[in-house]
Parts: sequence; structure tokens; C-alpha cells
Amino acid sequence: MSDIKGRVELKGYRRYFFNKLGWFAITFVFAFVLNFMLPRMMPGDPVAAIVARQAQGISNPTGVQAIYEQYTELFGTNKPMLEQFFIYVGNVLRGDFGFSFSQYPRTVADVLAASIWWTLMLQLPAILVGWILGNLLGALAAYLRGGFDKVLMPSALFVSSFPAFGMAVILLVIFAVNLKWFPTSGGYGYNLIPSFTPNFIWSMFVHYQLPFWSIVLIAIGGQAIGMRSMSIYELNADYVKFSRFMGIKDGRIVAYVFRNAMLPQVTGLALSLGTMVGGALVAEIIFSYPGLGTTLLNGVMGQDYPLISASTLIITFMVLTATFVLEILYGVIDPRIKATQSD
Amino acid sequence: MQHTLRQVFRSGKFLVGFTILMTVLLIVIIYPLVVRHPPLQIIGQGTFFPPGIYVSTYDAINAPTIYTLNLSDAAARRIENRLSQDDRIAMKEWLVAYGVAEDEIDTEDTEKLLALWEANYNPDLRLPGMTFARQRYFQRVNASIRGLLSTEGAIIAERNPETGELQEKSIVKQSDFANISQVANVQWLLLGTDNFGRDVMTQLVAATAVSLIIGLIAGLIATTIGLILGLMAGYIGGIVDDVIMFITNLFTVIPTFVLLILISFSIGQDQRGAVTIAIVIGFTSWVWTARAVRSQVFSLRNRDHVNLSKLSGHSLFRIIFSDILPYIASYVVMAFILQVSSGILAEAGLSILGLGPRTTETPTLGLMMNWAMIYQAHILGNWWAYLPVLLTIALISFSMNLMNTGLDQVFNPALRD
Repeated sequence: MSDIKGRVELKGYRRYFFNKLGWFAITFVFAFVLNFMLPRMMPGDPVAAIVARQAQGISNPTGVQAIYEQYTELFGTNKPMLEQFFIYVGNVLRGDFGFSFSQYPRTVADVLAASIWWTLMLQLPAILVGWILGNLLGALAAYLRGGFDKVLMPSALFVSSFPAFGMAVILLVIFAVNLKWFPTSGGYGYNLIPSFTPNFIWSMFVHYQLPFWSIVLIAIGGQAIGMRSMSIYELNADYVKFSRFMGIKDGRIVAYVFRNAMLPQVTGLALSLGTMVGGALVAEIIFSYPGLGTTLLNGVMGQDYPLISASTLIITFMVLTATFVLEILYGVIDPRIKATQSD
Repeated sequence: MQHTLRQVFRSGKFLVGFTILMTVLLIVIIYPLVVRHPPLQIIGQGTFFPPGIYVSTYDAINAPTIYTLNLSDAAARRIENRLSQDDRIAMKEWLVAYGVAEDEIDTEDTEKLLALWEANYNPDLRLPGMTFARQRYFQRVNASIRGLLSTEGAIIAERNPETGELQEKSIVKQSDFANISQVANVQWLLLGTDNFGRDVMTQLVAATAVSLIIGLIAGLIATTIGLILGLMAGYIGGIVDDVIMFITNLFTVIPTFVLLILISFSIGQDQRGAVTIAIVIGFTSWVWTARAVRSQVFSLRNRDHVNLSKLSGHSLFRIIFSDILPYIASYVVMAFILQVSSGILAEAGLSILGLGPRTTETPTLGLMMNWAMIYQAHILGNWWAYLPVLLTIALISFSMNLMNTGLDQVFNPALRD
């Protein structure tokens, strides 16, 4: 009997999984096309801009023209849009994003490979830690009420009202400029070469703190508020009153309430992930952290569309993947999903 | 309606948020009526003048009446103010080398320091181990202290147009005072100047106005699109719902921030005005409103009063306007407030990246932040260039969040304390 039930559940879950996977694929294709199209609709000619920089001091117009043609050939901007698109798809599949305009002759893949790990190592733990701490605080505020709630709620609201870069600037000024506990910018000391020496790892650790905590603080605020409302809803629910009548211990009730309030928070994280990553990217810029945010800024400054397009593509891909993973996890945690899918 | 409003204004949270927002609005409206110079005018020659009241030295000397005030502590204060930290350290160094106990010397206590210096310093004395250059340095320090201690007035001279010689015109005595209300030019720079020498306060007020407008336009667009799509998806359902939900799902997972970057970049610097940015923000942030409205409408669709309306043969618009909208109105207002505040934040984030409105016409809160960051105001300790901007953004966003929480508690009794 239980075997059949198990099989039905598994079938339901499999359907849920493939449904989500299909969505993941469709969204990614759509995002990919947008990513390709939008920067190419930009007015002005980025190739002309780099040629102007490269050809400084060359007074011979045919010489400049030759350089220009060489670059358009190299970047493929002289071909029709559709052809460019297929070339782009082929290249991206091979991991080749072309040359960076602003950091030529470095390739985009090269620039991104150097920055992507910094962003992953910074944002993934920071958002997770912020989410967990925020949920704990929110649940605690809902459960304890009273003074704790009265202090926590307005401060969480105020902290979450700060734009992510604002928190970054404030932490930077207090802890790096005034107290001089942490360095002001970069991912490691400017006098060090990346290596596995204790010296370098310590330097990385020290540089990591401020960007990390500024992202965590912002995340805590927003999550705590959401979790608090959710928990209050649940605490007022009939099953809680019933459990109290039944004489079930408070600790167990809180565990139930927490679990039920958690579920929407998982979806909430999936939905707000994009915004959080956006904010965190700007926070990176404030600290000149060598991640994707700073790379993106350099791309914008240098009118470097292969770089911008590839960075935004990678960011979209990372957010999409994270959302997908969250939804899959959600399907595992929430028994209702299996139930509805197996109908 | 009246009852609801009364209830809303009885909520403490809403009231606090509303008061903050209204105060900001009032300042934004009244300040330009009083201070009339354009916000982006460059008035300071140099960067980051600290906040304060700036008095024209020229006009102070030429004030119509010069008053004499004999203040006993005027000289001490003057010296205190002009004796630089370097001088104090140099004095201490000499005194220690001379043999005065180090713990007796307090560089902060001007009076005692000067007394010690008077009692001990001897310009001709060459201390053991001190180079000749060092000795000369202390002589210079001594000379400048002598200058500070002088009781002579400052002479104002004029160049004689014929001979080209300087002629004494008047003497400004140390006890001369001008009444600040009689000085022709007194400039209040409450928040100093920024990196281009522009008045930060005036700029901040103008920027707040522009940012509020950006938030308002973005919020209106996003809420309208979200509301229409949500209503259609939720009420009509079927294939319309499927199509709308498909689009909504696409835009939910593609990070809005990425879209904003790509679109702003594609528009190009020259085309990006404040309104354009607002429109772009509006068109990229409707997604969650549409989702929320749809789910609300879904739960209303099969209520009795809606069914009754349908049976009575009322048109689609009439049903939506009179049977559905009133029930979700509070929800839409809350969504709108959130959209406005997130619109302001989105503009700020874009501007930090250098993708905000073009910089020549109007300041926005994000642009001010961007300028302060580019010129490293935060590293240089020029807090007035960025902190007021940050606080304004946070205050506006905080007030709106607070109003929202208040509304939420009024309309969702389960959340009430």
C-alpha cells in the first residue's frame, strides 16, 4: 500500500520537476535573446569609439579606416543581425564571448572568469546567511512580541529601507575609513599576488568582511519583516489554538508554525533573488570588489557591449539556476506540491 | 470610505510614515520658493567646502558700521583657532628635547602650551643633536607664534592708481566687529558644496523632487500595467490568463536589475532623461503587482455578488469596476506605495552604475550619490556630500514602508498588534 503511495508521490514530483525544468529552459532562451538584442539597439558605434582610442596619433585617415574595418571584422558587427545572432549562439556554446572592447586584447571569457568566482563566493553565502538570520529574527519577533518586537520591527524596516549601496557606504565609512579595521576596497591587498599562502588568505578574509555584512544586513531587514507577518498569521491560525487546547507543548507548536511560515519565505527568496543580486552587485562596486558588479561598471564606463552582455547573461543564468534549485527544494519540502501534481 | 480613512489615520505606523513623507514634500515645495538659485549652478571654486555659514571677508571689512567689542577671551580664542596642529607638535618636540617632562605638555591646552613655550624657548640655543635646518625650523615656528600673539591691527591698503604705490586705507583692529546682518553677502551652505562646488542643500532638495517624480511615474506605470494584466488574467482566465502568466513568469525570473541595465545602456547617454528612466523602471517592475492582483481577483471571481452581477447581464467593465476593484483597492494602493519607493531605489542603483539620467539638467538622488562616489567623498571624510543623500533616500523609502505596514495592519486584522 505504502509502496503505491510512494510511487504516486514520486510520479507527481517528477512531473513537477520537469515542469520547472521546462520553464527554466524557456526563460533562459528568452533572456538570451533579450540579452543579445538590447545592447545592439544602442545608438552610436562602439567600434568607432575604440578605434578612436587605438588610433590616437595616427593622422592618416586610410590607416584609421583600415583599423576600423579590422575591428568590425573581428567583432562581427558588420554582418546582418540574424547572422550575428547565430554566430553569437555558436560562440557562447563554446564559451567564447569574443573580445572585450574596453580591455582589448583580453577576451570577455577571460575577464569574466576572473570575476565570477568573487561574486559567487560573496553573494551566495551572504544572501543565505541574511535569509536565515532574517527568518530567525522575524519568527522570534512574532513569537516573543513585546519589547523585542517593538525594537526589532522598526529597525528592520529602517535597515531594509536603505538601498544596498547605502549600507555598503555606511559600513565602509565607519569600519574602514574611521576605525580602520578593514580595508576600503579590493578583494585582496594590492601588494599581493593571488596564491595559497596564509598571508593572501588572511588578506582575502579581511577584504571579504565589509561587502559580506553589508549584503547580509540588507537581506536580514526584508526577510525579518516578511517572516514576522507570516508567523503572526500562522500563530493566529486555528490549528495553533487547537493544539494549545490539546495541551501540546509550546516548543512543538512553534516548530509547526515556523515550518508553515517558512514555506512562503522560500518562494519569497526565489522571487526576490533578482533584486537582492542586483543590490549586491552595486554593493560590490562601492567596495571595488573584483566581482561581476565591478566588471559590469567597467563595461558601462568603457561602452563595452560584449562585456556587458556577457556579464548580464551570466548573472541571469546564475539567478535562474538559483531560482530553479529553490523551486526544486520547495517541491521536496512542501508536501502539497506532490499532492496537487499527482491528481 | 470615510470610515476607512479614519481608521487608516488612527494607525500609528501609517501616521508616522505619512508625517515623514509630508515633511519631505513640504520642504521640497517650500525651499525653492525661498532659495532661488539654480541647483546645478557652480558657486564654489574648489571641491567639498564644509557645511557652515560663509561670510564675505571683503564685505565684512567694508560693513557700514564697525563696532568695537572688548572681549577678554578674544585673543585666546584667536590663537586657539590659528595655532595649527603641526605647530603644536613642533612646540612639544622642542620642549621635550629641551628637557621639559613629556607628560607636562598637553598640545590641546593652548594657554599652558604657550606659557611653557614663552618660559623656555630660546631661539639662539642649539640643542644637542639638532641640525641647523631643524633649529631654523623652530625659529620659524616661533616667528609665526609671535605673529599670532601680536596685538597690532591688520592694515588695509589700496593701490594708488597714479603712482602704483600702496597707500594705507584703514586699519582693522583686533577688537573690530561687524554685525552679520549688515554684511552684504552671507551665504548659508547648510550642507557645504560638492565636488563641483555646487550647493549640496539646494541640489539635494531639487534631487529629492526629481527622484520623487521618477518614483511616482515608475510607480504609476508599474501599478497600471500590473493592475490591468492582473485583472485580465484573474477575471477572464483561460487562454488570456495562460498568455499573461507566461509573460509574467518570464519576467519574474529574469532579474529586473539586469533588464534595467541592458535597456538603459541601449538607450544611450544622450536619450536618458529623468522621465525616460522612470518609464523604463515602470515597464520593468510591474511583474509582482500583476501576480498579486491576479491571485486577489482569483479569490473574488466566484463570490456571490460577482455572480449576481454576471447574471444581471452587467458588462465586463462594470463588473470589474464596481464589483472587483473596490475589493482590491486597498491592496492596489499598498502595491503602488511599494512601487514608488522601489522606483526611487532603482533609479539610485542605476545612477551608481553610471546608467542614470544624463547629468547636465537635473540632479537626482542617485546622481548625487554617483558624483560623491566618483570623487571619493566617502574616503576623504566629506560626509556632507553623501550622507544627507543616503538619509533622504532611506527616509523616503522608510516612510513609505511604514505607511504600508500601517495599511496592512488596518486591512488585514490578523496582523494587528
